[in-house]
Amino acid sequence: MIETKNLKKVFGDNYVLNGISETINKGEKVVVIGPSGSGKSTFLRCLNLLEEPTEGEIWFEGRKINDKNVDINKIRQKMGMVFQQFNLFPHLNVLENITLAPTHLGLMAKDEAREKAMELLGRIGLTEKALSYPNQLSGGQKQRIAIIRALAMNPDVMLFDEPTSALDPEMVGEVLDLMEALAAEGMTMVVVTHEMRFAKKVATRVMFMDEGRIVEQNTPEEFFENPQHPRLKEFLSKIL
Amino acid sequence: MFLSGPLVNWAKDLYMSFYNALVPNQRYMAYLKGLKITLLISFFAIIIGILIGVLVAVLKVAAVNFKMKWLTNICNVYVNVIRGTPLMVQLLIIYNLIFTSRNTNEIVVGAVCFGINSGAYVAEIIRAGIESIDKGQMEAGRSLGLSYVQTMKKIILPQAVKNILPALGNEFIALIKETPVASVIAITDLTKAAEYIGSRTWDILPPLVIAALCYLTIVIGLSKLITRFERRLAKGDRN
Repeated sequence: MIETKNLKKVFGDNYVLNGISETINKGEKVVVIGPSGSGKSTFLRCLNLLEEPTEGEIWFEGRKINDKNVDINKIRQKMGMVFQQFNLFPHLNVLENITLAPTHLGLMAKDEAREKAMELLGRIGLTEKALSYPNQLSGGQKQRIAIIRALAMNPDVMLFDEPTSALDPEMVGEVLDLMEALAAEGMTMVVVTHEMRFAKKVATRVMFMDEGRIVEQNTPEEFFENPQHPRLKEFLSKIL
Repeated sequence: MFLSGPLVNWAKDLYMSFYNALVPNQRYMAYLKGLKITLLISFFAIIIGILIGVLVAVLKVAAVNFKMKWLTNICNVYVNVIRGTPLMVQLLIIYNLIFTSRNTNEIVVGAVCFGINSGAYVAEIIRAGIESIDKGQMEAGRSLGLSYVQTMKKIILPQAVKNILPALGNEFIALIKETPVASVIAITDLTKAAEYIGSRTWDILPPLVIAALCYLTIVIGLSKLITRFERRLAKGDRN
């Protein structure tokens, strides 16, 4: 579904991504972990071209998307993204946050989008917050709404960029629960996170990145029980 | 009579001089005409200023984003030339150079000149406002499939407007108070009208005080309006 070929990203003379060739198949839940500065967020942001790769190719559903002739806005409609800082639109209420993109892009009529938004809000138990503004919500609520805002576009894949890193510890659970439910429904997911328990429980594959390379990847069982690379061993020994 | 003495005489004189400045020969009509022209020029100049300002600000931000150096340069030339030369000189140049035909409407010329001038300042204010918005907002909009322009229009600008409203209000107040410069291209605005009346009555102070009060009223009214607008926009969003 997503394929990168020799992906490189350079900031100045700093190689953040150092040639990543990777395939993510439909239905996979890929969790990317690694020390900070290892390039995992940059890798994720390259997948929907929020970050323009310096070199290499990105393919999505059979098309090369880092190409001048591709309408990246159309592609992004199919790739939902969730940010560390939620990035809800503070001047719009929850309902408008969710319906803005589908209606403005002409994918849904106003009523249809509203209905879909209310259905999604019902799913996370926040129907009564429909007319609240983001500043009236807790961090966990904001992030869950950010997730369903992305879901309202009916994406084929969801990208999560450290979705729980900006949350108070007590609110991490509700966001992870929602992500887990999504995974159970068969959504293709790429998740950059520091939540090892989530990786163990939900991932079909765990990747370890260091210095712009994917150093090791495996099924979660093998990955955590039987790490091979010394760098990964060191990393796991520090955090587990 | 108890009511006599120097103080009463002074009050009587004062009353007479203001009466003379306002009433005989329907002089109040001259003020109203001048006021109308001042308001017309200000109003259309503000509209033109906003249009140019938003356009230039968005172009400048977009130019940085899409790495179009030439576009940045064009915008910078406009802003620097306008900000770096006196308004009166700009007025004279535009009036003599561009609107050479003598039957052009002075009010249109005035509004266009002040609008072009104001646009440069408004552009800088709006650019600062756009850059004050967290860049995650643009990323969130883009990640949902909205285009750069759509995100700008629906997400960035509405938030920026809120931040820049006070600065924008100041700019418009300054613009209104600068309109008397228009007299150099033979526009009879409020100030000029007051001067004419002063030259008729041989008493320049009362008409000028009357004009000053008019400006004061307009400016206070405008700031009230802006404050109300600010309050309405302020609902909902304090992060």
